[in-house]
Amino acid sequence: MVKTFGSFLLFMQSMLFRKERFAVLWKRTIDECILIGIDSVFIVSIVSAFIGAVTCVQIAYNLINPLIPKSTIGYMVREMTILELAPTITSIVLAGKVGSSIAGGLGTMRITEQVSALEVMGINSASYLVLPRIIASMVMFPLLVILAMALSIIGGYLAGTLSGAMSAQEYVEGIRTDFIPYNITFALIKSVVFAFLVSAISSFKGYYTQGGALEVGAASTGAVTNSIIAILLADYALAAILL
Amino acid sequence: MIEVHNIQKSFDGNPVLKGITCTFETGKCNLLLGGSGTGKSVLLQCIVGLMKPDLGSITFDGTVFTNNKVDIRQEIRRKIGMLFQGSALFDSMTVYENTEFPLKMLTPEMSREERRDRVEFCLKRVGLENAGNKMPSEISGGMKKRVGIARAIAPQCTYLFCDEPNSGLDPATSIKIDQLIQEITYEYNITTVVITHDMNSVVEIGDHIIFMHKGLKLWDGTKDEILNAQVPELREFIFSSSLVRAAKKVDEESEGGLEALASEPLSEV
Repeated sequence: MVKTFGSFLLFMQSMLFRKERFAVLWKRTIDECILIGIDSVFIVSIVSAFIGAVTCVQIAYNLINPLIPKSTIGYMVREMTILELAPTITSIVLAGKVGSSIAGGLGTMRITEQVSALEVMGINSASYLVLPRIIASMVMFPLLVILAMALSIIGGYLAGTLSGAMSAQEYVEGIRTDFIPYNITFALIKSVVFAFLVSAISSFKGYYTQGGALEVGAASTGAVTNSIIAILLADYALAAILL
Repeated sequence: MIEVHNIQKSFDGNPVLKGITCTFETGKCNLLLGGSGTGKSVLLQCIVGLMKPDLGSITFDGTVFTNNKVDIRQEIRRKIGMLFQGSALFDSMTVYENTEFPLKMLTPEMSREERRDRVEFCLKRVGLENAGNKMPSEISGGMKKRVGIARAIAPQCTYLFCDEPNSGLDPATSIKIDQLIQEITYEYNITTVVITHDMNSVVEIGDHIIFMHKGLKLWDGTKDEILNAQVPELREFIFSSSLVRAAKKVDEESEGGLEALASEPLSEV
């Protein structure tokens, strides 16, 4: 465990040492932004809209006390979405999609000697392959989380009003009640940290793959599992520190 | 010229290279010959810097590579071209982009037009001038090796390393690849090191052959000397091939046994 963590730190160091030219990194980062961000919009949209809708319906189902105003449902959907569901669930979804893709891609490059080919050319493969993926993740995850927040709240609105659980006015009133802007900042900080964890852990797993196709699959699975555990631990730590 | 001095390498206490000392000469095809598991690939990886030897030194044209400053190692690495066993082409790039890649990365001062001219020249040199737009998944094993060679020579390498360039290829294609490697070596006067356990390659391009067995260098010489070498392990290795046994017999009875085998005309790969 300690040895693996030490290897991880050395891997991070090697990525920052002997970096490639800015123009090369820029182009690679833009390419990765498209793969990590744009290609994930659909799955993030679907998941977040339905999570918002389900959250709204379930809160409405449990709030049967007539003394509690219906606008509370909107308030709770907003708080849950911004503080927890959008950053954490979106990051877990992305750990599955992006994390496995990064680990699988790098693992395949490793076992087919493409990484060695870069090294022989005198190119720092960690910097060339991994740094753009980490930067792209740290840029795109917060944007996807903002999208997830908006769609989740819209999903809650549609579910609440179409099911007749509350009126549109009540939902909007709830959404606007006691809004704390810092919660958005907190969610974005979480998303940046989660992005780093997912991309760095997945890259580490993929980059050091040894063997054949079976090991690439194992690296991919390991990347997703470890990323999710890291997200949950970081989620708790950040909540304890920043709230 | 590449000089290897007393290279030793162990894995988990098991010695794989037990003090290899040898020289790879410029303008020649230097072959590392030996059976599977004799340490050829480990030695090659130590030479190109993919692996760090436990002991010993490697010198490229007088400049020490092992344990030298990173900048100097990088400078040497940029003069190295390598053809990998599985070609190691970048899956996401076309044949043209694969060949252009080292130029883009290593020679930023080159203009787009200069790069295009160089890539077209290299692809033409390996006979793939019409395959530039193909993806690696769309071409044959022999063509992949050719692209690998084109990529290796594109930045005008001084040292060319080939890790089993014939693996997975039919005999006719293998000889074509061997001939291409030899032609490029002579044409550009580069130092070429080829790992092989294929006797056809020995006969075809073995200007200087180093025979390895159990992590040791047991013999070195030329293709003309190898059949008369008196090292038992080498003789066992060479004559394990029934084709070579037959050629040797023909050679003894008439003239040009092995040479005759190598000079058969071949169709285009």
